Amino acid sequence: MSILPFIEGEPIAGRQLIGQDLAWLTTRRQAGIERFQKTGLPTQKLESWKYTRLRPLDDTRYLPVDAGGTDISIDTVPSVGDVAARLVFVNGRLRADLSDISELPEGVRFDTLENVLAEDPLWVEANMGSVAKDADQAMLALNDAMMDSGFVLHVQKGKALTKPVEVVFIGGLTDQAIAYFPRNLIVLEEASQATLVKHHVGHGRAEYFANSVSEIAVGDAANFKHYKVQAESIHAAHVATVHTRIGRDANYEGFGLSIGGLLSRTETNITLAGQGANAGLHGAYMMRGNEHCDNTSYIDMAVPNTTCNQVFKGVLDDASRGVFQGKIHVARDAQKADGRMLNKTLLLSNDAEIDSKPELEIYADDVQCAHGMTTGQLDTTALFYLRSRGIPEALARNMLVQSFLGDALEEISDENVREVFLDRVVHWLPAHCFLAGEWKESA
Amino acid sequence: MLEIKDLHATVGGTEILKGLHLVVEPGEVHAIMGPNGSGKSTLSYVLAGREGYDVTGGRIIYNGEDLTNLEPEERAAKGIFLAFQYPVEIPGVPNSTFLNEALNAVRRYRGEEEMDKIEFIKMLRAKTKELSMSDEMLKRAVNVGFSGGEKKRNEVLQMAILEPTLAILDETDSGLDIDALKIVADGVNALRSPERSSLVITHYQRLLDYIVPDKVHILAKGRIQHTGGKELAHELEAKGYADFVGEAA
Repeated sequence: MSILPFIEGEPIAGRQLIGQDLAWLTTRRQAGIERFQKTGLPTQKLESWKYTRLRPLDDTRYLPVDAGGTDISIDTVPSVGDVAARLVFVNGRLRADLSDISELPEGVRFDTLENVLAEDPLWVEANMGSVAKDADQAMLALNDAMMDSGFVLHVQKGKALTKPVEVVFIGGLTDQAIAYFPRNLIVLEEASQATLVKHHVGHGRAEYFANSVSEIAVGDAANFKHYKVQAESIHAAHVATVHTRIGRDANYEGFGLSIGGLLSRTETNITLAGQGANAGLHGAYMMRGNEHCDNTSYIDMAVPNTTCNQVFKGVLDDASRGVFQGKIHVARDAQKADGRMLNKTLLLSNDAEIDSKPELEIYADDVQCAHGMTTGQLDTTALFYLRSRGIPEALARNMLVQSFLGDALEEISDENVREVFLDRVVHWLPAHCFLAGEWKESA
Repeated sequence: MLEIKDLHATVGGTEILKGLHLVVEPGEVHAIMGPNGSGKSTLSYVLAGREGYDVTGGRIIYNGEDLTNLEPEERAAKGIFLAFQYPVEIPGVPNSTFLNEALNAVRRYRGEEEMDKIEFIKMLRAKTKELSMSDEMLKRAVNVGFSGGEKKRNEVLQMAILEPTLAILDETDSGLDIDALKIVADGVNALRSPERSSLVITHYQRLLDYIVPDKVHILAKGRIQHTGGKELAHELEAKGYADFVGEAA
């Protein structure tokens, strides 16, 4: 039995790997394999994986990227438009022809992990693993061992990116099933600012498995906006593990829109490490067919005077399934913590299912925390109201779905990004006949 | 134009309308009054085609066509409008977008061209002003954060834009103060014409001082029990329903 039964061939030995001449990285890879050997793939016996099983990995053997994939022509790359720089990875490999990082402002490094490993290995060594430390996370261990792509975003003290930087991962354009393991390292030094938009999209009909890890360090008084669209193909298994550490008076705003993927899971771990730190972690999910989408998060309010807010809303049709697990942990001395968590799901079909588990774990005594969840169906009175004004049923349903998701998307403070995400929502809807332009006026 | 023949309707398996007859000619305003539970709201929902309100017998003929099997949106396109007793709040959908979608949907159904956006906004502003509504209410989400009176005015605004040939007002007066009542009544009266009819469903005679009906019907136990002129409303106010319904209601 191979160590990684779902990967074709040996995981490390005999492969061309990024940074393979760096001893510390080889050691990290080896340690990752050893940890993974102990844990194995996560099973539903683990509390954090109770509702999600990596079923596609049972009977698919994926090729590592260096063994497969050709440079296919790509017509359209999703974008939010006016960006400072863009990196595009296709089937787990950088596509320099589609990327552009030539006009970055001073004090900002935005490049592939591979390039930064070659140019500044000491910086990577100092930062990698400084935030993502969880030794029990199998998917982190797997990424430690297998990392083969990904990017670095590093903003120096006091510097600000005025336009977003963008990363696009396109999968599925291969003949055989492939797996890739992006490792992303994001460091915002003190009082810096940046906005990052990630698009994960699937084309073609090949199966693929994307196991990414993002490590994010938001320095004191820094401001980071982190937006993600997961629009993988129906042949994709997408597992993302995010570790974020937020410093004193720093602000983090995260939003994840999930509208694709046979199986997708985003596990976010946030530590509010400095007084005055604030985290917004929001998302929307829209699933149909037999898609499965899992949003799991753990927010540690580790010190006094921190705030966090979560709004996750989803729409599930057909036999799709959603999972929301959120835990806010307030440490013993973390007085004056203010934590909010809300999960609402609209079920459009009797076969759709949501497993929602919001949790608060509070050890301090002077805090304000609240959580809530609701599950419901389209409001028949509202549907009748719209139809009685002449609006056809299909359009009325779309309007109500958009209405439902609207306030989650309102959490996106970047107006341009919000419009692009709203457009994504509109295009997910059946026969998107609703006037998107009209809609945007309200935002 | 509207002819209801021996209408029987059930809600959740219970028969509410039990052989209702009603004829409304073009240009007429009819009031339907009746005690609680008499079937007034059921009648309005059945006419508008709400799901769950099942016609089990009889017919509803509108302009020579049987409406019974038409969807609510088809009825709207044919000129039927129901002003809700409790207008629904729809967060996130701007009122102006909603109104524009509704008008264009109805126009598309009738094979007419959609209204140009600039033209629509112009028309909307004018109608809004007539109803003493602020432009602010157009930008806000449909009925969200509206007071009771504002919601009712918004119903009349929708009516003014869709220009129905049969307007059904389901207890539009409930929860209105006298100023709002006048504005709503003015809005309804402004639409009166030889081609348009209205069915005013109300519990109290007060609204009928402002929207003067041609006929007043008393609905009880699922049937029209008595029909008279506008003076019947005043008679009812003085005597109560018992005399007309045959027993204390």
